[in-house]
Amino acid sequence: MTNTLHRYSDHYAREPGEDVRPVTDDYIVFAMASKGVNDDGIVEKYRAFLKLALEHHPVNIGDATHGGWLRPQRNLTPTNHWKRGRTPDPEAVLAGIDGPSTVAAVFDKYENLKAFVDALAKADIGVSINIAAPMDAAHRCCKDTGLPRHSVEYSLGFRGRVEKLPEAKTLELSTMCGHGMVSAAFARKMLDWVKENRRTPAEAAAYLARFCSCGVFNTKRAERLLDEARSGANGHAPREDAGKPAR
Amino acid sequence: MRIDPKKCVGCANCVPVCPMGAIAVSPALNRAVVDADACVECFTCYRGMSKEHLNPVFVRAVRRVAKWARFRFDPEPDVCPTDALTPEELTWPRIVRRAFSDPQVPHESTGIHGRGTAEVKTNDVTGRVNAGEAGFVIEFGRPGVGARFRDIEKMTKALAALPVAFEPMNPVTTLMSDIPSGTLRPDILGEKVLSAIVEIKVQFERVPSVLACVRDVSKKLETVVAVGVSTRCHPDGSEPLQALLEREGYAPYRGKTNLGLGRITVPGAKAPPAAARRSA
Repeated sequence: MTNTLHRYSDHYAREPGEDVRPVTDDYIVFAMASKGVNDDGIVEKYRAFLKLALEHHPVNIGDATHGGWLRPQRNLTPTNHWKRGRTPDPEAVLAGIDGPSTVAAVFDKYENLKAFVDALAKADIGVSINIAAPMDAAHRCCKDTGLPRHSVEYSLGFRGRVEKLPEAKTLELSTMCGHGMVSAAFARKMLDWVKENRRTPAEAAAYLARFCSCGVFNTKRAERLLDEARSGANGHAPREDAGKPAR
Repeated sequence: MRIDPKKCVGCANCVPVCPMGAIAVSPALNRAVVDADACVECFTCYRGMSKEHLNPVFVRAVRRVAKWARFRFDPEPDVCPTDALTPEELTWPRIVRRAFSDPQVPHESTGIHGRGTAEVKTNDVTGRVNAGEAGFVIEFGRPGVGARFRDIEKMTKALAALPVAFEPMNPVTTLMSDIPSGTLRPDILGEKVLSAIVEIKVQFERVPSVLACVRDVSKKLETVVAVGVSTRCHPDGSEPLQALLEREGYAPYRGKTNLGLGRITVPGAKAPPAAARRSA
């Protein structure tokens, strides 16, 4: 799955040579074991990864088989309907790990990313560790922590019927769940609700995050995007390929 | 997925949460209904919405009064008040929809939850993409458009003609009736999925020809295509791919970086040639 590879930003729509504000509040670190290679004691390895992440102020953590630290509630009642909390539940994520999966932690500050990666290198958990982020930030993190990159994968953006994609701000919100569980229509609804002052950006971001089934939705970046939408700014329209004119 | 008409109160909360836009409230029934052809069985509505278990008759009565009085509703937008969403037992070939659309269902072919394989995310212990090679992940339907296998087959056939090496453990590859020609099983061609990923590997110098092929075929499809390309770095962490992509006119911004921290810990497991930088 490429659930963190193609997170939309205006960089996917820039003209060649055009400067676009960098994304500086969205860094994902995830751990993945290989069957028969390093998946022995996998539950404890993944828990060690997440416990270490919690020491470095993540904005979300998650397990691909059970979700992030904000999850849907199965048994709401009229009495607690109005008292729904937005308090993250990291213990539920840790307790829910029960076998093969991928676990992830999301950070909104580079310094926290760097400190976590540095701690991971020292912890030597043994599973594969990846950063999904702007490539220059990931490269910088590797240099800062003394880790030579092993492999890289670049997102080249979207082709084909790009006219079917939603507007930029909606796309930026919905692609933060790369599995596609946050629908464009729901993201648009939350943008409208924030504009109408029916919900705060933090409340709207929490609604969206509950649909992400692996916990990589960045609620802090979502809050920023939802807040910016009040001004009417809607970013660049999607276009084919990353910074490449259609041929 | 279906919505139980005995439970549904027509609140429409489920309408926008569907990634495929497959749910609408029927004016005739005043109940939400699922367009079975558009639904990809991703279970987003069922799993993602919180649930109350209110009495449908009571809720409908309240809603009728509120509607008559033109009260402005301000409900929680992610709640099904009567737990009306009901999964159906899926049979072949429709079951393929869920296998590719619901990331919490592991593929039998890969053992991994999701639509692809580990790509280069575990390259430090698998050596799947080695020096001098490039891996491609070509994804169809995402974000939010969906794809039919008949469109995906146009791409697999074109790639096969180049030729390329399809990743044998990839779920799409397992649905090919003839891998050398990229032909998919005919009984799944009409099935729609939230997304599907084709994974291939080529020698590094062939990256431009694959990119050109993907560009050309994408123009003939009814969906969107998202492309990722990967390679193994040199021992000092440098890599030749970014420069090649820039020569091809791309300005890639985002991606994944494997830090090389994985190591073999299962006793007796063998490292593929030139794969692991570190060993236990």
